[in-house]
Amino acid sequence: MKKLINIVSLMLLSAVMVGCSSFGGGDSSTSNGTTGTNGMVNGATTTGIDGGTAFSGHALDDPSSPLSTKVIYFEFDSSAIAPEYEAVVAAHAAYLAANSTVSIVLEGHTDERGTREYNVALSENRAKSVLDLLSLQGVTGSQVDITAYGEEKPAALGHDEQSWQLNRRVELVYPAH
Amino acid sequence: MQHLIKLAFLILLSVTCYAQAAPLQIEITQGVASAQPIAVVPFSVGANVGVVNVDVAAIIAGDLSRSGRFKTLARTDILNRPLTADQVNFRSWQALGQDNLVIGSISKEPNGQLSVQFQLFDVYKGEQLTGFKIPTDAKNLRGVAHRISDLIYEKLTGQKGAFSTRIAYVTSRVNIAGKIEYKIQVADADGYGPRTIVTSSEPLMSPAWTSKGDKISYVSYERGRSSIYTQTLSTGQRTKLRSFKGINGAPAWSPDDSQMALTLSKDGNANIYIYNVITGAFRRLTNSYAIDTEPSWSPDGRQILFTSGRGGKPQLYQISVNGGRASRVTREGGYNARGRYAPDGKSIVMVHRVGKKYQIGSLNLKTGFTSVLTKGNLDESPTFAPNGSMILYSTKDGLKSILAAVSSDGKVKQKFRLQGGEVREPAWSPFK
Repeated sequence: MKKLINIVSLMLLSAVMVGCSSFGGGDSSTSNGTTGTNGMVNGATTTGIDGGTAFSGHALDDPSSPLSTKVIYFEFDSSAIAPEYEAVVAAHAAYLAANSTVSIVLEGHTDERGTREYNVALSENRAKSVLDLLSLQGVTGSQVDITAYGEEKPAALGHDEQSWQLNRRVELVYPAH
Repeated sequence: MQHLIKLAFLILLSVTCYAQAAPLQIEITQGVASAQPIAVVPFSVGANVGVVNVDVAAIIAGDLSRSGRFKTLARTDILNRPLTADQVNFRSWQALGQDNLVIGSISKEPNGQLSVQFQLFDVYKGEQLTGFKIPTDAKNLRGVAHRISDLIYEKLTGQKGAFSTRIAYVTSRVNIAGKIEYKIQVADADGYGPRTIVTSSEPLMSPAWTSKGDKISYVSYERGRSSIYTQTLSTGQRTKLRSFKGINGAPAWSPDDSQMALTLSKDGNANIYIYNVITGAFRRLTNSYAIDTEPSWSPDGRQILFTSGRGGKPQLYQISVNGGRASRVTREGGYNARGRYAPDGKSIVMVHRVGKKYQIGSLNLKTGFTSVLTKGNLDESPTFAPNGSMILYSTKDGLKSILAAVSSDGKVKQKFRLQGGEVREPAWSPFK
């Protein structure tokens, strides 16, 4: 069982490292990224080939855009957004402000240290920090939902700083994407 | 992708009243030299009783030694097995260094009913201290054994035994699909016979017994957000408490079960509320801009102990159930959280940080003295046995989370192991 946990935690770790931004359902592949932008008629999907330079998928999946970053990490016991994530939040704010029918779920998480219900509240504060920044930049409250998971849904299963830093996070999940 | 998302939101949830699960194994990791020696002679079984597959004497001996208050004589050292009081040679038990002796029998009454009889002797005075005949049926022999342990423990220590109680806890394991599966289970206090009461693919947390012990409330994320459910153990039926935007967490029942303290963040940030079962009203109890959570009722039902970040770091505070000013309870250490009152109300246990380690601390409310009871790095969720003798908590055993118990004086320690999963958030039931 330990082995299994190790393997799973390795899988989760590597998934995070290659840039998979979310385990909460917000993860998306680029293969069907044409939906919505290029149009989809009667189930047929058109995809450009030979282009090579332009990203043909959904704006939220464009690896060159800050919108492709959908996880924001936090310092221990802190719900302050680090300066390096301000551009990411700003990009999501602009996207949401421009697309008022799009909604987002901010899933707050903590590492395993500290008590569980306190961590639920801490994870809510983290999600609210993101919400506050989004609101400041024109996103309406009805577009945003928060779920505070505390330490209950770790992204990495280890009991060391390496895992903990991956677990102190807010995941930006677009349920319809 | 749409399908994937739907799958991710599809919650696999099942509520059961009784499903068998893997048993817990208990290992005593630290005992005390001062434990009282006692011999529990294997119970005789009447010829007409039939096959009995419960070793009543072994269960009693296990209960007594786990309490840390007793040292039971190994069965291989029990050479003569008296069946009746007049067969007891007290000198031979004195020679074996025993203070007390238990003998007993299982027999069938003329009306077909089974009964278990036991006698407890003081080996030095050569007299019987207590003895009972308890009618039962074959299915309840284990329960009868725990009742006998309770009676022996109470006679010899003056404190009510808690061997007939139960424990609830949360388990989680990663399934083959790589997803975490959460359960709440209930087992006997000795870890025997765990039953799953609810299973979910989304987090389950904070199990809390009603004071009557017939129901368990818990937090479930099965609707994609937290809600509090209260489930009747005998039927498996449950009701969802009215839930609000934000956090719905940390349920705690009042001593008379007429009110539930809980954490809601509907009015901004996490604060403590009191839900009145009769009127259905929610009353806000705390009013701070910091995190207030993890309420616990004082045994007299007048005070609520809770964790608050209002001073910058989490500390424990106490507030009257009627509201007013909260006063700070913990002074020692930069982190004290999730406190629980001892059944006598004279002390509290909590998660107490020592350096970088989260351990279980006990604060004597009279002297203000804090003692550290455990040695782990990530110990949490302490819960008192209803007689106050032991504290069950969760700790890390390598990569895994397991349950462990420590006597309230810190002298006796034991580990509970469950096969193949994480076990945490224990909650000890009240007395039956």
